Formats: sequence, C-alpha cells, structure tokens
Amino acid sequence: MAENLKMEVKNLNFYYAGNKLALKNINLPIYEKKITALIGPSGCGKTTLLRCFNRMHDLYPGNRYEGEILLDGKNILGKDIDLMELRTRVGMVFQKPTPFPMSIFDNIAYGLKLLGIKNKSELQDRIEQALKEAALWEEVKDRLNVSAFSLSGGQQQRLCIARTIAVRPEVILFDEPTSALDPISTAKIEELIVELKKNHTIIIVTHNMQQAARVSDYTAFMYLGELIEFDSTDIIFTKPNKKLTEDYISGRFG
Amino acid sequence: MSNINPAIKRAKTLEYVFKVILGLAGVFIGLILPLAILIVLYKEASLAIDHFGVINFLTSTDWDPVREKFGGLVPLVGTLISTFLATLIAAPISMGIAIFLVELSPNKLKPIFSTSIELLAAIPSIIYGMWGFFVVAPLFGQKVEPWLQKNLGGVPIIGKLFEGSPTGVDVLTTSLVLSIMIIPFMSSVVKDAFNMVPPIMKESAYALGATKWEVIKQVMIPLTASGIAGGLILSVGRALGETMAVTFLAGNVNQIPHSLLDPFTTITVALANQFTEADTAVYLSSLYYIALILFFMSFIILYISKVMLLRIEKKWKV
Repeated sequence: MAENLKMEVKNLNFYYAGNKLALKNINLPIYEKKITALIGPSGCGKTTLLRCFNRMHDLYPGNRYEGEILLDGKNILGKDIDLMELRTRVGMVFQKPTPFPMSIFDNIAYGLKLLGIKNKSELQDRIEQALKEAALWEEVKDRLNVSAFSLSGGQQQRLCIARTIAVRPEVILFDEPTSALDPISTAKIEELIVELKKNHTIIIVTHNMQQAARVSDYTAFMYLGELIEFDSTDIIFTKPNKKLTEDYISGRFG
Repeated sequence: MSNINPAIKRAKTLEYVFKVILGLAGVFIGLILPLAILIVLYKEASLAIDHFGVINFLTSTDWDPVREKFGGLVPLVGTLISTFLATLIAAPISMGIAIFLVELSPNKLKPIFSTSIELLAAIPSIIYGMWGFFVVAPLFGQKVEPWLQKNLGGVPIIGKLFEGSPTGVDVLTTSLVLSIMIIPFMSSVVKDAFNMVPPIMKESAYALGATKWEVIKQVMIPLTASGIAGGLILSVGRALGETMAVTFLAGNVNQIPHSLLDPFTTITVALANQFTEADTAVYLSSLYYIALILFFMSFIILYISKVMLLRIEKKWKV
C-alpha cells in the first residue's frame, strides 16, 4: 500500500543553546493521515525531535537546526518560513492540559481569532464542530461560558485538543498527552487520537510502549539522540531488526 | 505510655516551645502592634476630633494655626492626587519593564537590567528628594512646564491643567518623582508574577500561531492579573506614605491644587514640616488626626485590593 509522504526529516542535527548536540543525523518519513509514534527512554530526544516539527525551539535563544524538515516538500527550517503560519499548519498538544484563563468558548475561539475569524456564527460553528470532534461537546454544551479551569483534567486535555483541531492543522503533534491523566481519561484520549487520523497526520511522543502499540501505525525508536529504527508499528513490536530496539520493547532497559 | 523515647519527648517539648514563640511573634506583630499604634494615634487625635468633629474636619480646607482652625481636606486631597498620578504614570511603565525583562530582553542583559532597576528601590528617598529638588524641579520649572503651558495651555479642558506659574515645585514634578520611586516595586512584583507563568502555557499559545504580543496580552496578563494587582497595591501603599521626596517637591502650600503646576501639600508633607512648629495642643492633635486619616486610608486601600484579588482568584480558580 503506497503511502503519501506528509513530512520528511532529512539529515537533521539539532543543537541546544551552548552547542549541545541533542539530535544526530535524523532521517524519518511522516506519512499522511497516519499516526507515527516516537518512543525511547527518557532523554533520548523524542520530545526534542517533536518540537522541531513546529519550530517550538525557536522560542528560546541559542537553539540551532542543521538539515531539513520538509512539509509538503518545502523545508520548514528555512529562513523564509513564517512561524505563526507554520504553527497553524502543525498544531501541538502538550504533556499537561493548558487551558487559557478564559471561558471554554474563548479557549477555542482563541486560535480561530488568531486566524482572523471574527464572524460570530462562523466562530460558533467551528467551536461546536471542534468540541464534537474532541468528544467533549455533550459534556460542555450547556456551560460554554464558564471558566475552562472548572473542567476535570481529562476534559481540559480534550479541550486543548479541540482548541488545536479548531484551527484545522494538517499535522498534530502530541507530546505525551496522557502522562498527567488517569487511565479512563487516557483511554478516551487514545480513542480520540485514532479518530483524528481520518483528517490529520499525527505524530505522538509517548513513553508508554503499550500506548504506542495501541494507537500508532508507524513507530520510530530513538536512543541517545539517534533514530535507531523506524518501521510499521507491527514490525517494531513483533520482530524489530535491531537488537537495541528489541531490548527496549521487551523491557530490558529504559 | 510512660516508655516514650526521651529523645522524642524532648523534640516534642521543643516543638511546643517553638510554636508558642512563633505564635506570640505573630500575635504581637500582626495584631497588638497595629492596634497599639491605632490607639496612640486616636488618643493623641482625640482632642482635635472632639474639637472639629469628623465630617467637619474632613470637609474643611482650613489650616490656620493662629486662629487654631484646622481641617484635613487639603492634605487628604493632595495625598490622593499625587498617589493617583504617580500610580497612573508608573503602572504602564512598570508593565513595560516587566514584559521587556521577561519576554524580550536578550538573556545576557537580563540580570544587568533587573539589578539596575532593583537598585532604584534601594536609593534612600531623601536622595530622590534632593535630585527632584535640585535637578527635576529647575528643569521642569524653566524648560518643560513653560513649554507645556505654551503648547497645551490653549487646549480646552486640558489647558486648565497647565495654568499657574511654572515653578517646578508642584503636583507634576512630585507625581513624576514619586512614580520613579514606585516603579521598581511595581515592576519587580509584576516581573515575578510573569516568571511564574509555566512555559508550557506560553508555548500552548505560541503553538496556535500566536505572536509574542498576543501571548502577553491574552495569556500572560490575564494569568497574572492578581500578581499585577498585588504590585499596584504595594506601590500605592508606598506612594501614600512617601514623605521625604514629596516634602522637597510639593511646595507645602495649604491649597487644593487646581492645575498640575500648583504647589500643594499632602498628609506626610504636613506632618514632616509642622510637627516641630505645633505649639498648641489643638495644633499637635490635628496633626495626629491627619496621621490617623492616613492610617485609615492605607487600611482601606489594602482592604479594597484584597477584595479585588479574591474576586479575580474566584473567577479563574473555580
């Protein structure tokens, strides 16, 4: 089955401020409307790699990229890239729920307003749609105007997902999205992530191997800043090619 | 249960003693001391309170030691005006400084900037007063104020604010120097509040395509509203009670200022200037009376701001 390439990492090196090499010569394809999981022990660089896809590292001075990351064939590490526009195309959900200090409605309207959508009925439609896609609509439809802080942790995380998908990004980055949640909330979020691949390309960082096995189509195993192995999730978890990968997924280290 | 380990027993006794000492310190500083000050002020002011009443004193513009007629309205209004103007000038500047230090300044320059701003807070207020009197006042009296008068004096309504003779010893320079004195407090509290915003909150907004300004305006400021309010309060309290610099610059004229260029007086100025001159019992008691008013003003402002803070917190921490 031929897959469409949505993004492609080519010969990527990444240095944190102070010339600390954190990613070494990464090459990785990201297929369209598939879920790619990045796994590996703590400190292996999986989150660092994830944060390259929307140039989050640019918020802090001194960080430096070498190589290319292509999005639909265009290098997003180039100087001519508008970061605001890139981030509306490549959205991100974080380790912890991060609702803004405003109402549920305004939280989702936030990104839409940044896109320049001001029309009230259009805002309402997009917000309702996003909340439905994030499986949160039924729980909050009667209290859209209350503070987002009144929601439970799992609901807050789904709100953050709704906020991200409302902008209609092509790619969504998940950075250990369930690490702060209980098992039931985690199951809901995982279900949701699988649902989202109908319309989005997804990259997820997780330190939970079962989670990677459950949700992803492809898995990349990283170790000490290097990409050790990339393949379909089935292969990585059943008959990986590299000894290191096998040791990790069988729980021998990490 | 008599076989308790003696070491544990000793530790428990120590803990008890420790608790009692700290408790007493808290009760003394937090309760007895302010109460004692209040009682002394009230006792000393009671002669003037009996003499002039409350409403009468608060609405009277008299301040006549010869005929022994005193009223608190003029210094009260002066205090309010200078505090208000100083806060008005300092608030936006402090916000700007805090935003710059937290979000915009290059990392290498951050410690230099913040230390130098904190240093402003360490300058004794008499030095501000001297600087104000010998540098700011002449500069304003000779250059800035005549210019303001020439260019803005003709404008309706605003022109009224620049009437009178420009001397440099007036509401404008006092408020300006006062604002510089409170900026370090305000900006450092606001800066601390900004620094407490988790990076992940800011990143979430950036991840949606927000610009720096949008993140500051829509995420950082609302998240830190209570901290910002706290900074304002702290500074208002300081401006209310500031004495030395204001004494140099206010002009000590017992009149309600009608323009920014009028000399005026405040409660602290009146107290600093007149305590040694107060030769009659009623005079001295009237000074205590305005001190009591200042005490209550600080108390009320603190109370209002606490209520405000609670309201903000309730709004977001459901």
